[in-house]
Amino acid sequence: MLRYIGRRLLIAIPTLLLVITAAFFMMRAAPGSPFDGDRKLSPEIEANVLAKYGMNKPLGAQYVDYLAGVARGDLGPSLKYQDKSVLDILAENYPVSLKLGLSAIAIAALVGVSLGVMAALRQNGTTDHLVMAVAILGVCIPTFVTAPLLVLGIASKLGWLPTAGWNDGALPNMVLPVVVLALPQIAIISRLTRAGMIEVLRSNYIRTARAKGLPENLIVRRHALRAALLPLVSYLGPACAGLITGSLVVEKIFNLPGLGKFFVISALQRDYTVVMGMVIFYAALILVLNLVADLLYAALDPRVRLG
Amino acid sequence: MSVLAPDAGDRLTKAAVKGRSLWDDARRRLLANRAAVTSMAVLALLVLLAVVGPYLTPFAYDQVDKQDVWLPPLKEGHLLGSDALGRDLLARLLMGLRVSLAIGVVATLVSLVIGVAWGAVAGYVGGKLDEVMMRAVDVLYSLPFIFFVILLMVTFGSNIVLIFVAIGAVEWLTMSRIVRGQTLTLKNREFIEAARAAGLGRAAIISRHIVPNLLGPVVVYVTLTIPAVILAESFLSFLGLGVQPPMASLGSLIAAGASDMELAPWLLVFPSVVMVLTLMCFNFIGDGLRDAIDPKDR
Repeated sequence: MLRYIGRRLLIAIPTLLLVITAAFFMMRAAPGSPFDGDRKLSPEIEANVLAKYGMNKPLGAQYVDYLAGVARGDLGPSLKYQDKSVLDILAENYPVSLKLGLSAIAIAALVGVSLGVMAALRQNGTTDHLVMAVAILGVCIPTFVTAPLLVLGIASKLGWLPTAGWNDGALPNMVLPVVVLALPQIAIISRLTRAGMIEVLRSNYIRTARAKGLPENLIVRRHALRAALLPLVSYLGPACAGLITGSLVVEKIFNLPGLGKFFVISALQRDYTVVMGMVIFYAALILVLNLVADLLYAALDPRVRLG
Repeated sequence: MSVLAPDAGDRLTKAAVKGRSLWDDARRRLLANRAAVTSMAVLALLVLLAVVGPYLTPFAYDQVDKQDVWLPPLKEGHLLGSDALGRDLLARLLMGLRVSLAIGVVATLVSLVIGVAWGAVAGYVGGKLDEVMMRAVDVLYSLPFIFFVILLMVTFGSNIVLIFVAIGAVEWLTMSRIVRGQTLTLKNREFIEAARAAGLGRAAIISRHIVPNLLGPVVVYVTLTIPAVILAESFLSFLGLGVQPPMASLGSLIAAGASDMELAPWLLVFPSVVMVLTLMCFNFIGDGLRDAIDPKDR
């Protein structure tokens, strides 16, 4: 077990190195610099600014400096936000994205699993067809369509909820962004649950449970559901990636102070260190989550051996 | 299953005389799937509109008219209304549909070529090479790809060719896994062994037995990749990194519509409807094809 974790973490290092290298050189290949303002800096000042951030050195030396910094846990200062380090920006804005993401995944799991089980228990019935229709719609309607439509209908026309803003994470401000983020995940989770449940309900040990005369809801809850939810564990990693992608759109539309909103702006402004920091942070997050998912899977399914 | 139909005997003898191929079978099952057939009809219509539509509209997609801004639908000859610059929404929508479909198909072809080549080589050669190639796919899988696509667009400026390459380069990973897995199982199956025992040459085995079986999952995955690509491009366009104005894609139209939705909701609603319709068609066809080609779940 520990050896397995150790080996996975060892594989993660070259992966992260690849991420850092690719992001570093792509960002630097972009035309323009973070110091292109409305007013052109005089050559002397520009030279001073570049020297301050160590950007007067050759690119290779900068790359080595950056790697050394990352190894020490230092992601450098932001080039656009004066007096803020990249770590400050991550610490300030990530909690917003995290709160949104966790709420969305919790709701998606609850609703998705319930819908999936309901559909599987009435396979080919009306409920089943309805749930599957919802699932297909959920996959086909992108977040950048649901978000504006919900804002237009529920927030603007009906005035039930605020149209945008964070307001320190007050519940009314959270509802629409979380719903928008959760919808596609609900669709996928309900499909996975339904498929898993249908397969499990056909298996022999469920027939045994029925033969013992156990009540149906006990069979579903105690025997079938546990096995049927296994595939969901391996969906944890992709779900997280999906939420991160969704947060780019949702945080833009609802004007939320999360990391997603920062990324595109920072990339366009050539704020090299902030962009790099976010890419590294999210890559590490996804790597860790994938590892957690695999460990969970092995812990829950004794047939899986880690090695 | 059910009672035999009266003409079952007839059909059985005919079947014995003239066997049905794998593909005849699949086509029959696909045509029995109502959702898939309807989707194919709707999609054919959408493709036709995207191809010939832009030539038939009374306005060009980039024709600015300062007099007729924000016209609601059915006013002054603008069937679907006009936008903030007085451009005809119908013309822009047809053009956007054409661009989105084109990107979907071309980027999927890019991913198809890379994915099939990568997966087939890894699966066929096997051994160490297989391990290295698939480990590379695993590593790429765990990257936050959307960030790299965004970086790519920022770095090289957004042009359509780059969008093809960037999205295609992301989507090939799953394709390579599917193709490799399929090649591996096919290599050791009894019917391949039987074919070999019957004295069939390697080329004949590959063309007659491996490729048709490889084609099934690949075709299914291609139909499911096209909507994913359309979605990815629209996502980029929505963030302002995809197709640049005056050119339009479904995503850029939705983005523009979303920013003016209080004043002109039709600018948001029509492109959204076309987008969802297109994605649904592809998904239903993909699901239908999977059920038709994969006889396991019959």
